[in-house]
Amino acid sequence: MNIPENLRYSRDHEWLLLDGDIATVGITDYAQKSLGDIVYVELPKIGEKFNAHEPCGSVESVKAISEIFTPITGEVIEINETLNDSPELVNTDPYGKAWMVKLKVQNPDEVNSLLTAAEYKEYLESTT
Amino acid sequence: MRYIPNSPEERAEMLKVIGLSSAEELFRSIPEDIRLKRPLKITEPLSEPEVIALMENLASKNTASQKTSFLGAGVYSHYSPTIVDYLIQRSEFFTSYTPYQPEVSQGTLQYIFEFQTLVCQLTGMEVANASMYDGSTAMAEAVLMAQRITRRQKVLIARTIHPEYIEVLRTYTKYNETEIDFADFDEETGSIKQEELQKLSDQTACLVVQSPNFFGVIENLEGLAEKAHSVGALFIVVVTEAISFGLLKPPGEFGADIVVAEGQSFGIPMSFGGPHVGLFATREKFVRQMPGRLAGIAYDKHGNRGFVLTLATREQHIRREKATSNICTNQGLMALAATIYLETLGKRGLQEVALQNAQKAAYAKRKIAELEGYSIPFSGHTFNEFVVRSPKNAEDILEKLLKEKSIIGGLALSRYFPERKNDFLVCVTETNTKNQIDNLVDCLKELR
Amino acid sequence: MSIKKVRQHPTQNEPLIFERSQKGRIGYRLPKLDVEETNLDEVIPEHLRRNDDLDGFPEVSEVDVVRHFTRMSTWNYSIDLGMYPLGSCTMKYNSRLNEKVARIPGFTNLHPLAPEEEAQGALELMYRLQEDLAEITGLPGVSLQPAAGAQGEMTGILLIRAFLDKRDGEASKDRRVMLVPDSAHGTNPASAQMAGFTVKTVKSTSEGLTDIQHLKQLCSEGGIAGLMLTNPNTVGIFEKNIREICEIIHEAGGLVYMDGANMNALVGVARPGDMGVDVIHLNLHKTFSTPHGGGGPGSGPCCCSAELEPFLPVPRIVKEGNRFRLDFNRPNSIGRVKAFYGNFGMMIRALSYIYTHGAEGLKEATETAVLNARYIAHHLADTFEKPFDSDCMHEVVFSHKKQARKGVHTIDIAKRLIDYGFHPMTIYFPLIVDGAMLIEPTESVGRQDLDAFIDAMKSIAKEAEENPQIVIDAPHTTRIGRLDEATAARKPILRWKPDMESMTKTA
Repeated sequence: MNIPENLRYSRDHEWLLLDGDIATVGITDYAQKSLGDIVYVELPKIGEKFNAHEPCGSVESVKAISEIFTPITGEVIEINETLNDSPELVNTDPYGKAWMVKLKVQNPDEVNSLLTAAEYKEYLESTT
Repeated sequence: MRYIPNSPEERAEMLKVIGLSSAEELFRSIPEDIRLKRPLKITEPLSEPEVIALMENLASKNTASQKTSFLGAGVYSHYSPTIVDYLIQRSEFFTSYTPYQPEVSQGTLQYIFEFQTLVCQLTGMEVANASMYDGSTAMAEAVLMAQRITRRQKVLIARTIHPEYIEVLRTYTKYNETEIDFADFDEETGSIKQEELQKLSDQTACLVVQSPNFFGVIENLEGLAEKAHSVGALFIVVVTEAISFGLLKPPGEFGADIVVAEGQSFGIPMSFGGPHVGLFATREKFVRQMPGRLAGIAYDKHGNRGFVLTLATREQHIRREKATSNICTNQGLMALAATIYLETLGKRGLQEVALQNAQKAAYAKRKIAELEGYSIPFSGHTFNEFVVRSPKNAEDILEKLLKEKSIIGGLALSRYFPERKNDFLVCVTETNTKNQIDNLVDCLKELR
Repeated sequence: MSIKKVRQHPTQNEPLIFERSQKGRIGYRLPKLDVEETNLDEVIPEHLRRNDDLDGFPEVSEVDVVRHFTRMSTWNYSIDLGMYPLGSCTMKYNSRLNEKVARIPGFTNLHPLAPEEEAQGALELMYRLQEDLAEITGLPGVSLQPAAGAQGEMTGILLIRAFLDKRDGEASKDRRVMLVPDSAHGTNPASAQMAGFTVKTVKSTSEGLTDIQHLKQLCSEGGIAGLMLTNPNTVGIFEKNIREICEIIHEAGGLVYMDGANMNALVGVARPGDMGVDVIHLNLHKTFSTPHGGGGPGSGPCCCSAELEPFLPVPRIVKEGNRFRLDFNRPNSIGRVKAFYGNFGMMIRALSYIYTHGAEGLKEATETAVLNARYIAHHLADTFEKPFDSDCMHEVVFSHKKQARKGVHTIDIAKRLIDYGFHPMTIYFPLIVDGAMLIEPTESVGRQDLDAFIDAMKSIAKEAEENPQIVIDAPHTTRIGRLDEATAARKPILRWKPDMESMTKTA
């Protein structure tokens, strides 16, 4: 299971990378593995605002669907349009090419409520 | 019981194997006090000849089925080639289930794919599903879909939509805060009044129009899509007489976003109103908001082409309360009948049937219009149905036609429009001969 | 009986009809137009007519059509071919007699808007079926209008909503919670949503039953409109606390809707009306043997208590002396759920089924269906993990737990069953069992076939131990292998187009 050290994680299996007040969000390696072949990604519209842990989109495999929750409060400033045509990137490169949304974060301190890589690893071990 | 393979002796042995001594014990988990302690009050078992005799007797009381009829209004009498009913009775089609296991269901999946293609070609749309229950529920689902897409709850629908379709829509939307507004028709032409389209607003989810409409009048759909789109609403077209697709410009060419239709005319018997089949087609960009099943192409690892049910994540078994619809089945066997019908008639056949309907109805309409006392109240062009205004109460005339002449002359509009006492709807299809039409005209003349 | 695997037999390839089409072929002939023709432009002016000449529409002969569909049909598994043990689907024998009587011209040629006096046979048939279904369910109000199970369900939930609105008036708005067990069919929550209810999920116990404590707790939170319960439930176990469950819900001011998908376990043995259930839908295409037809048409009559009866869809069929008529004047009705009166053709078949069985035959069918499932449960309990100990009714659920250790999952077992000549069971449902395999043999299977099925399952389990790859790669005998469903969903191709690749993808 790949859990990069430099990212923060939510208990809903999203990862987050904070750069200033811009957060990049995607789903974790664990999430993509448990869903299987990803066939469709539904993303929010630019300009939409979300509170932390609100659903902002969904990821679909052939026979399952899972919501994407924003790990942090913010406004959508960019979405990864390449996932429209290549949803399989979520399977092959969940932490890279398959980033999903970029948010302008209201309060960067909120990131501290998210799990570190070590904590996420522990969390996965305790729940599976 | 002849449908149960195991004999009573075999069952006794099986009970022993599982450690029970009587069939009664199979139901131990049902508390004593809620078990039925008496036989059901239902007939003794009947033999095959007895069931047939009983059913024949009931059927014989349906005297309307033997009479010359000019009834339409959403259900139509058409000729169906012999092979349609023959082929749908193949065991492999009628005793199979939903094609969830594609390796042993390619027959069903391929015909669904063909059905979807035919519906797209007929309607001029980009994608079609594997079918809905019927035209009325397809329309209700189309409105729900438009509401999902636009996130609006207001609906503007033409008053000339089949009244029972409107009733179904009311039931389906009763609890989702829908506001239904009506676009009235022009008393002169029988088609939608252009100024009524001003009721479209930035709250409107969709404009719904039927063509040919309930009065048989072909709506000019030109410009309606633009009007709907200009306020951000979708344009939905409803068709109850699918044979008209053989002759009329498809709604897709007029910019429709969703087209729904009743497909009963495609080789499916009237059967007192069901089972029939609903057609549902839309634009590719809306496919993920579409209700119902979809078959698509897939390949196996050797590169062989096959078909699977796809985009299933829209459906209730995965998305549960967030599904696009609660629909689970399609009308598989009826969709098969429609597919066989359309492929047997083919391009030329469907065109010819449509043309014969239009010609025969035009002939009847002209002959009736020439009768003294009778008139055609709507000037709009019609396909195979039209409204006749009689010199006196239409119900009385139709009853006399039935009692004295054994003709079912059409449908008194008062059933749905109480104020239209003298109007009745006449439908003429390719199954009505010139003799029947002439006879109707003569009888109407006599009864006026 | 020794294990028999199927042998491959040749089946014809058959392209799409559009690929078969040849310009100028004709498959029909109509009588000549016998009326004087009117100038077409006068009838329908050009701007209203289509001008694409139905481009792409097929042109084939009658023989082409017969071969086309006959060949395709041979690629389907069917009940007439063998056991079709799909759990919760009740794939029982579809009698030819039912097909025959449904095709009597007095039924098929009957227009739904024909004058009532001229359609007395049809109305009487529907009335008789309603009476019999009322007797079978113990619920006196019956509407045959719903077109399928999911619509019957929606009708039932709309009845509850209408009843509550009438009973509680304004206060009804605080009663919008519909309880649905975690083991329920997906149609349940979807239908509840359509009636404007919010779904709350009730947990199941380790015995596979509704968790009464959890149910009580949810009820104590208030706002309860009702409960949707399948009984026997989707793991095939009878909810033995059904009376108590109904009382809890009634106490909380709600009503109980029962999903009748599993009525094949109860007909003639126990009646929902006697258990405290307020409303149920039936699936004529399951319990009453009308054909599944590759996915429909269904028919989902709704049966309810006298209290709910005034809310049933219009029109109702009423008997006056020896005559039958349609009653549209029902001010409390939820309205129509479908144009006309329902899937009448299916009602004929269902009544023919009931008459052929009679009271004793219906009970015999129920007993045999349960016995067959129990027989399978008994013989496979050591081979596959059976997540619930309780006696099953007409269907039994297993999981892939034992086989998964070797990398063999439910999907693989299902596909391998095809190589043994059986249609797979229902897989991955209910969701509360990981890797569920839900097996419902129905009464239409003889002991030899049950034994062959049991042997096949045992043999597959053995293969999973000794040679898992053969199971994982299954099926080996079908004309097409497992299809790449992920690519199909990523780039959906949902219709034929003239420039499309033909039958085999050139690698």
